[in-house]
Amino acid sequence: MRPVAISVDSPEESATLMRKAGYTYAFLSDPNADTVRRYGVLHKGAGMQGRDIARPAEFLIDRSGTVRWVNLTEDLRVRARPKQILDAARALP
Amino acid sequence: MNNRRWNWPLWTGFALSLIAFFSYFAFFARLEITRDIPWASVLLFLLAMALLVAGFRRAQRKILPGIVAGLGAAVFVVFGIAISVGSKVPASPNAPKVGQKAPEFTLLDAQRRPVALSGLLASAPRGVVLVFYRGHW
Repeated sequence: MRPVAISVDSPEESATLMRKAGYTYAFLSDPNADTVRRYGVLHKGAGMQGRDIARPAEFLIDRSGTVRWVNLTEDLRVRARPKQILDAARALP
Repeated sequence: MNNRRWNWPLWTGFALSLIAFFSYFAFFARLEITRDIPWASVLLFLLAMALLVAGFRRAQRKILPGIVAGLGAAVFVVFGIAISVGSKVPASPNAPKVGQKAPEFTLLDAQRRPVALSGLLASAPRGVVLVFYRGHW
């Protein structure tokens, strides 16, 4: 199961983050928040200088492209634990 | 009372209030155990408030100590607002629900190569987890 991170950060900003934190999975750049909007996870004006950004959200998508699990945290400070995501994935047939 | 005796509870309480505030964002917020329910920071703030009250009571003249204690309390209030109101996220009623098709996209990765959702799924037999995040600050 592949994790794919998406934010409005530029590719260069993501590359820096990946290098600093040692992440190896894919980081995708959505600078105009178009994909963020299409997934309904826009947080208008909440970024630096009033920029539109994504609110934290996780979607587990199976091989056929169907959404199988959604996590929309109500509190910015509380994130999905890795175990929650793994449990959701294991529950899939 | 000797005027030259330093009102240490008052100033220590004020300093601790500032320390409690900044240490949350600089340190405690990075650890789940002290971030989700900021008990460590609240304890520091309560100690700061106790010192400020003790310092205020101990003072002969009350104006300056009153201002310092008030400012220290204000830091606590601002902290409370920042982590409650400031942590709210908007409702996302239009997010795809379980059973729906995930919207297609093509975005650039960190090396500026285009990556499509369909491409990701084709090479991931167990599926993908899209993790939307706020981005760096």
